Parts: sequence; C-alpha cells; structure tokens
Amino acid sequence: MQGADIFVESLRREGVDTLFGHPGGAILPINDALYRAGMRHFLTRHEQGAVHMAEGYARATGKPGVVLVTSGPGATNIVTGLTNAFMDSTPIVVFTGQVPTAAIGNDAFQEADIVGITHSCTKHNTLVRDVRELASTIKEAFYIASTGRPGPVLVDIPKDVSNGDCEFSYPESVNLRGYKPTVNGHAGQIRRAAEMIATAERPVFYAGGGVVLSGAHEELRQLGELTSIPVTNTLMGLGGFPGNHELAMGMLGMHGTATANLAMDQADLIVAIGARFDDRVTGNLDEFCVHAKFIQIDIDPSSIGKNVQVHLPIVGDVKYCLRQLLEMLRGVQKDWRTAHQDWLEQIAAWKVAHPLQYTQEPDGELMPQFVCEQIYEVTKGGAIITTEVGQHQMWAAQYYHFSQPRKWITSGGLGTMGYGFPAAIGAQVAYPDEVVIDIAGDGSFQMTSQELAMAVQYDLPVIVAILNNHSLGMVRQWQQFFYDGRYADTSLEVSPDYVKLAEAYGAVGLRATEPDEVRPILEEAIRLRRPVVIDFPVKMMENVFPMIPAGGSIKDMLLA
Amino acid sequence: MPTENGEVRRHTFAVLVENKFGVLGRITGLFSARGFNIESLSVAETEDPTVSRITLVTEGNALILEQVNKQLNRLIDVIKVTDLSEEAHVDRELVLIKVHAEAEQMRSEVLRLADIFRAKVVDVTPKTYVLEVTGDEGKIRAAINLLKPLGIKEVVRTGKIAIARGQRVL
Repeated sequence: MQGADIFVESLRREGVDTLFGHPGGAILPINDALYRAGMRHFLTRHEQGAVHMAEGYARATGKPGVVLVTSGPGATNIVTGLTNAFMDSTPIVVFTGQVPTAAIGNDAFQEADIVGITHSCTKHNTLVRDVRELASTIKEAFYIASTGRPGPVLVDIPKDVSNGDCEFSYPESVNLRGYKPTVNGHAGQIRRAAEMIATAERPVFYAGGGVVLSGAHEELRQLGELTSIPVTNTLMGLGGFPGNHELAMGMLGMHGTATANLAMDQADLIVAIGARFDDRVTGNLDEFCVHAKFIQIDIDPSSIGKNVQVHLPIVGDVKYCLRQLLEMLRGVQKDWRTAHQDWLEQIAAWKVAHPLQYTQEPDGELMPQFVCEQIYEVTKGGAIITTEVGQHQMWAAQYYHFSQPRKWITSGGLGTMGYGFPAAIGAQVAYPDEVVIDIAGDGSFQMTSQELAMAVQYDLPVIVAILNNHSLGMVRQWQQFFYDGRYADTSLEVSPDYVKLAEAYGAVGLRATEPDEVRPILEEAIRLRRPVVIDFPVKMMENVFPMIPAGGSIKDMLLA
Repeated sequence: MPTENGEVRRHTFAVLVENKFGVLGRITGLFSARGFNIESLSVAETEDPTVSRITLVTEGNALILEQVNKQLNRLIDVIKVTDLSEEAHVDRELVLIKVHAEAEQMRSEVLRLADIFRAKVVDVTPKTYVLEVTGDEGKIRAAINLLKPLGIKEVVRTGKIAIARGQRVL
C-alpha cells in the first residue's frame, strides 16, 4: 500500500473523519489520498487557523483534533497553535509534510526542521524516516496526544515516505516503555487527603482545566455537595462546576471574583484539582494563601510542586482520584453543612458585598459586560462560547455562567489573540446544530478573520460577536493603570467596517449600537443559521474589574 | 505561602533513554527552555543497544532539582530517571591532559605526578606528554591543579559517568 493510503487507513482506524489543513508540495500525496478516499478535509486560509480549529474541535468533543499542513512555511505557521495546545493540554495530532529524506538538511525548497523547532512546544514529535514506521507512528501519536495529560503531537512525513510503498498492518496496541501515565491515585495519599478535608474549617476546592479534560464535572459536583465545600474555577476550569450553583464562587485570580480570591486568602485548606497554580492565579507567591495547606491532584507529576509547595500531592487522573476520594468521604460521619456553616455564611456575605458589577452609561453607550449578559440570556447558557484574548475574554468568563463542561473554549496559558474564531469554527464542525459564538475583541478578530472565507465555504453558522472598543483594550487598561495613561500603540483607529468585511466574504454583517438592539440582533443572528459577524461598538475606556495587578496579592485588589 | 528554595546543590542524574535520532537534542532543549544548567553530560549506548544512558550533572535548589527530574520524566523517549546523588554511587571521569615539558627536571616532575595520580602516559614527544587520568571530581581537580604550573596545553574531559553501588541496577 502507498504511504499516503496507509495514512488515510490509519486515521480511519483511529476514528478520525475530519481534518483541518492547507496543502502544499510536500504533503500533496496525502491530500490526494484523502480526496480519493472521500475523507473530510477543511481548507483553512492560514495554517494557524487550522491548528486552532483542531483545538476547538478537540475541546468541544474530547477527541483529538487533526491537522494536515505542508513543509516549510506551512509547518512554521503552526507553531503558535502547537504552543497554545501544549499550554492548555489540548489533544491534537498535527501532520506536516517534509521534503524527501534525501533532501533533508540541504536547505531544500520549503524545508524547515519542524521537529527541532517544535521540541519544546509539543508533548512529542517524530520524523517518519521509513514508510514501514508510518502506521505505528500514527498509532503512537494518537495514543500520546489523548492519554495522560493531553497535548499536541506532531508527525513529520517526508514526501518519499508518503509516496513509498509497504504492506499495511496497524498495531493493536501501544507499548512505550518511557510513557505510562498514572490513572488511579495512591490509596494512602487519598486517605490522607480525606482526613485533611474532614478536619479543615475553611476548605476550598480550586478546580482547573483538568476537571474538564478528564470529564470529572459530575464527580466534582457530588464532592462539593457531599462536603458543602465552596468551589472556585480557573479560567480553563469554567464549566467544570455549575456556575449558578450555591457553592460556586466563580473564577479566581487576576480578574476573578472578589469572593473567590477572598476565600482563597482566608482558606485553611485548598484542594487543587487539575489546576497548576498559574501566576495569573497566584500573583505574589509569598502572599498567596498564607493560612492554607495544599492538596494537589494532577495527572502530570511535573505540575505538582512547580510553583507552590504542596503538603499532599496526588498523582492521577482527576476523575478516578475524585471517585476514590468520594468513596472515602462518604464513609466519614460528619454533619458537613453545620461544620461549614460559618464559612459558607462568610462566603455568602462576600458575594453580597462584592458582586460583579458595572455601571450602565446614562447616554446609552453599549457596555461590553451588558452584551455578554445578553448573550448568556439569549442562549440560556447553553451555547458553545469561544473567545479571543483580552478584556472581552475576561468579561465573557465573568458574565457567562457556564454550567456544563466543553461549552467554554478559550486560550488560557498562552493567551493567543486570534484563537477564538477558528476555535469556534472547529467546534461548529464537531456540532453543526449547536449555537457557537465567538465573543471577540476587534484587535484579536483581525488576526484570523480570513477564516470567514472558510466558514462561508463550508456553511458553518458561527457567530462572531465583536466587542469593538477600537483599541487593544487590555493592554490599554494596563497603560492606564501602570504607564500613566501613555497609550502607546494600542489605538486601532483605522479598522475595517466589520459589517462590510463580513459581507465581502459572503457572510452576514450586523451591528447594534443601542442597548435595546442587542437582544433582537442576537436572536436574529442565531435564527439565520449562517456565518454572522456582529459589530457591537462598546465603551472604549471600560476596564475589567476586579483586578489584582500582576505580581500582587489580595490586598492589591482593585474593585472599580 | 512562601516559596522554599533552599541551598543550591549539585546533583548527578542517570537517565535511560530510547537510543533514537534526536533524543539528546530533546533533552538539551528541555534544559535551555526551562533555564536549567548542565554542568556536564555524557552519553552512550548501554548493554541493550536500543537504550542509551546519559549521565547528567546539574545544579539547583531542591525545587529545581525536583523539576529537572519530573520534566525529564515527562519526555516520552525518557525511560527512567534516577537522581544518583540521593543514594550511594560511584562516579568517574576520564581526562586527557597535554602537558608541555622540555627540561629534564620538568619531564621527571610530570612523570612523578602521573605516578602519584596513577595516570597513564598515552603519548610522548620530546616536548610534550599526554596523560590519561581517571577518577572522581576531587582527584581530577587535584591533578589539573598540580599540573597547571608545569604548563598544561590542553585538557579534554569526558564528563562524569556514575553508577549506583551494590546490587541495585537502574
């Protein structure tokens, strides 16, 4: 069988029916094989878009997203997406074309050492040097991407390999002696965790993206309800615990709710569940949670004890560890509700004292938070929401109360502008009948807006809601607070007319300028079932609050 | 909570890896990407030709040394990481030292020192000796320090290799 056909057959064995990519000389044999086999390939307008689409697809479904690009510039254009997927533990498998093996190292046309370039931004990568290794390399790539702490895997395929020929045999299983992820938590450690939880007075569950990735949202809800322990989510963890639950405190960290950050500060026990103590969560480590002991549950041992010293580490899959923990805690004779009464009352009081809030301008100028609230209400909290990176991302995280996992798709670790729109397209490909909305900023949207052509070509009814403040709002906010209002290079005074831009691509362009237009225009956009861009010109100088400045602590929190 | 950094220590790691194309690059890349130091590095095939063994000496506080161990383990091609400094082990390094020695008195002094360090003379010319010295870090340092005033022209070191004492194998 030809290498390119082995590729297609191997993907079929992995259950893949969708690829995102952009063709080129070195990868052509594979595009041709996909065409002959009738496998679905979405032609993106830039390779960065292809990776973010695969990420969106993977985050919405839990299955690895698949990317196919050519050598050289096709390969180097995917580095941002790979790094994004690596930081956010998103399972994707990326195939790059490569110049023929005999030409490697000769600075051939469209040659790039993509394996070397992506060593530090992939979970694993491989150059296939012989067509006989192609099937087993693909098998391993999917296994590595989707097990343990998920992540991006890159497979580089020289043209003579995809054109080569050998007998096809697909391995039944994978055995990598250097890769054996731990699934179950250590029973002794889980028992000690249960004891610490049972004796804590002011405990907090600090739940991250690992809850979503391992599908442990149900276990987390049960654990919260059993123990009456309040829950805060990281940005990546939103949807891992119902946002409207009485125990939910919302997001924590730099732009987290005051309640979540105050609770962390006052807690005597913090149970980190699939969360990695990112600097946007901790701020100044010397002043972070000074009263607390830490339990950390994570499938990746290197995430434990990296930023803060943990009193009780548990290595394992969050879902399995929480099940073990639940079982032990169910055996504890304790009236949890009464025991945590004072703590829960304190938290309720913080919620009343410091709600998320904004002031509606008397002149009727659109407020970005209001638009996010309206999106939440119109979709009844059920849409798949993606975002770009910046102020709009934080407002979406604050004002859209996610109650289910895999409905919130955002760039957390890397903070990649231009992520949300292609990610929305990827999610829409996975779920054609769902409402998918990219809550975007005008700065970010311009980084990958060319994918409008793809949304139109494949009739994907993605909605882009641009909170248009004619500036790079988050950077402008920092300039206002920390650079004495010197607004260097943050004004987007020349911008496209987004309605016309959408129309130029054959999509629908809409605009709402008054608060009472927002809801009907959103309803219309959803009803149309076509790619839609909605321009919401919003107040330019609005800032995201609360805010704990970078490297600060709870005592530096700005509420308004 | 305060971060506990502790004192900087030098540790020797034994790392078993897949004997494959590009694995060494992946490991050195990890060290530069994470800002870890490599003091010395030695790598070659083991008794199993599919496995290579790396002896790596690095420096850092307890937190960094733990991260070095964990980040190495995270690599798919890394089979096993052992911090040999946590247990009884033997380490050795081989050094080739080219010494300039022309005067009779100098030549006999070089040979006398070679004898003391149980070094072998592996090359000789009327103007130079090449000595092969094997030993632990302390011995190598002492040999170089004593030969330096006699006129060292060139030093080549293999980097440290290390093995656990007793019956234990990695």
